[in-house]
Amino acid sequence: MNQLLKISAVSLLTIGSFSAQAGIFHSDTLKDVQSKGSLTCGVSTGTPGFSSPDSSGNWSGIDVDVCRAVAAATLGDAKKVKFVPLTAKERFIALSSGEIDMLSRNTTWTHTRDTSLGLTFAGVNYYDGQGFMVKKSLGINNVKELDGASFCIQAGTTTELNLADYFRSNKMKFKAVTYDTSAQTKGGFEAGRCDALTSDVSQLAGLRSTLKDPSSAVVLGDVISKEPLGPVVRKDDNTWLNIVRWSLNAMIEAEELGITSATIDDASTSPGVQRLQGKSGKLNESLGLDKDWSRNIIAQVGNYGESFERNIGMSTPIQLPRGVNQLWIKGGILYAPAFR
Amino acid sequence: MFTKLKSLLYNNEVRAILFQVLAVAVIAYFAYQAFDNLMLNIEQRGIRSGFGFLNDEAGFAVNDNFFLEYSPASTNLQAFYVGIVNTLMVAITGIFLASIIGLIVGIARLSSNYLIKKIATIYIEIFRNIPILLQILFWYSIALNALPSARNSINFFDTIFLNSRGLYLPKPIMGFELYIVLASFVIGIVSYIFIKKRSNKKHDETGIKTNTIPHFLGLVLLLPIVAYFVFGAQLEYPALKGFNFKGGVDLSIEFFALAFSLSIYTATYIAEAIRSGVESVDKGQKEAAAALGLKDSWAMRLVILPQAFRVAIPPIINQYLNLTKNSSLAAAVGYTELVTIFSGTVLNVIGQAIEIITLTMLVYLTISLVISLILNTFNKKMQIKGN
Repeated sequence: MNQLLKISAVSLLTIGSFSAQAGIFHSDTLKDVQSKGSLTCGVSTGTPGFSSPDSSGNWSGIDVDVCRAVAAATLGDAKKVKFVPLTAKERFIALSSGEIDMLSRNTTWTHTRDTSLGLTFAGVNYYDGQGFMVKKSLGINNVKELDGASFCIQAGTTTELNLADYFRSNKMKFKAVTYDTSAQTKGGFEAGRCDALTSDVSQLAGLRSTLKDPSSAVVLGDVISKEPLGPVVRKDDNTWLNIVRWSLNAMIEAEELGITSATIDDASTSPGVQRLQGKSGKLNESLGLDKDWSRNIIAQVGNYGESFERNIGMSTPIQLPRGVNQLWIKGGILYAPAFR
Repeated sequence: MFTKLKSLLYNNEVRAILFQVLAVAVIAYFAYQAFDNLMLNIEQRGIRSGFGFLNDEAGFAVNDNFFLEYSPASTNLQAFYVGIVNTLMVAITGIFLASIIGLIVGIARLSSNYLIKKIATIYIEIFRNIPILLQILFWYSIALNALPSARNSINFFDTIFLNSRGLYLPKPIMGFELYIVLASFVIGIVSYIFIKKRSNKKHDETGIKTNTIPHFLGLVLLLPIVAYFVFGAQLEYPALKGFNFKGGVDLSIEFFALAFSLSIYTATYIAEAIRSGVESVDKGQKEAAAALGLKDSWAMRLVILPQAFRVAIPPIINQYLNLTKNSSLAAAVGYTELVTIFSGTVLNVIGQAIEIITLTMLVYLTISLVISLILNTFNKKMQIKGN
């Protein structure tokens, strides 16, 4: 009898604690991040210029800089970031399950992803498009000449869908060989499994530079899709969404105002600069952050232009031109909403 | 009243039932709570749920497709079916090859010839002890780099081509002539089975053995070939046009790399199962067969192997199931089977992990249960009657 009572008591207790959990729902990411003392950020498994680790394990890239900006804003220290490398297939599950606090992994903003995954895109940190790399020996200058060719693609990306759309609308035939990682895709291309490799233009240059013989391949000028890449957060936490969105905007705004990591603390009479320095206005309050949140971003990470030049600009091996990723006042489409 | 209840509680039978009911209730409650929790979280996070996505347009291309209709305009459900067929194709090919290699190596391992025995042992020890994923990647990169490019394909009489992208075979064009060839093939097989049965019966009754190999060659092979030439059924030959071979049937190099690695890996386990089966047969059986004047090969085929299979079949069933499940490693080399297509691309496009992974698991469960059912039936037939 005693034993029976004990067993029943234990099972009732377990059930009780289990059902109690059902009601709890974490949605205060800011509080979580501040109590952990670090930001957990999902990045790629290695995309040069966007997010890749160096030989001593330090991550860098323009996607990594968005993580660092958010860490600077919320924790006051851009170094307090734990990076979680994710494949294209894993990324959304890692975010919606709460394994990471935000995702900054060259992820294309699409309608389906924004509306049906329980996730929200916080902005665009790079406007990309899908392009092609082909063997030089094929003598091809144009995508239209690739009718009937086979393509190496990375699985789990919008690239797969864009390719099919493009060839369908142009009534051309193609074969797709899908690999799990970007490195395998490159391997297949090098071994001649496919005639062309297709991926975001920003990645093609990097991939080409890592080929055994980079001069054996050419990147075609054609771009067949829009790929706005940006950071993603869970839908259930609006404050956190605002923090990530405005951290990115602060970097863009700083470039527009002409302030860099070197000049952020210089005295200025401009109200716009003062707001960004945290010397006037109350932009921090509705975000639940300290007054110097945006100052910390610029001082520790730099403005958007600095991040771009440091990671993917013409002085780096990636050598990407600013193109459409230039500020709106300089002919690009980068435009931060008003900081007031 | 209380004493009566107490004595009822102390009754062994009542207690046994009570505990079982309690256990089931607890498990059911847990399962319900977990499901409820899940649905609540999904709803709170605004994630789409349900199976409506199966009727949405897939929008992506699939490299390997055996006989189903599929294009990017097809639905996700059709992509799911293509995935299942591709998984089955690689599993069936793998099981077939693994069984043949396993049987030969298993018997070779018991050979009295030193060299044959050693080669079989070395093969088993090497391939059994390397993880299957590494073997798949290894054979894939070998195939990719060793075979020639599409333009320099290995050419067999202008009908079959092999290159680093795959194997290209002629495809029969469906038509009246083809049906006649197929019909003659079926007629050939049926009449051969009839002849074989009659010869077996004659053998049982009189002990005279008839050689049926000429009948086999004539009916099963020659008849369809003659029909093919007489009626002139058409074949579509693969030909190099532009970048790739067009027309005919193509089997991708990924399919071969996967099927090959799975077979040679699983064959090592099958060989060991066969060896243990043969070793379990009493030595007296072999001696008795020899005393009756049976040749070694006959003794093996008629006396030893039928008894060895009784021991070997259950572990072989396990290996067939393992092979089928291991085929999900295809993602590593880009063979488009169920996991690559459905839990890969479709999952990424749609994002409904729970529904998609559940469906994928159900398919593997069903395939495994069907294989078990078929082989367990076969196993029952092989066992000594009355045992």
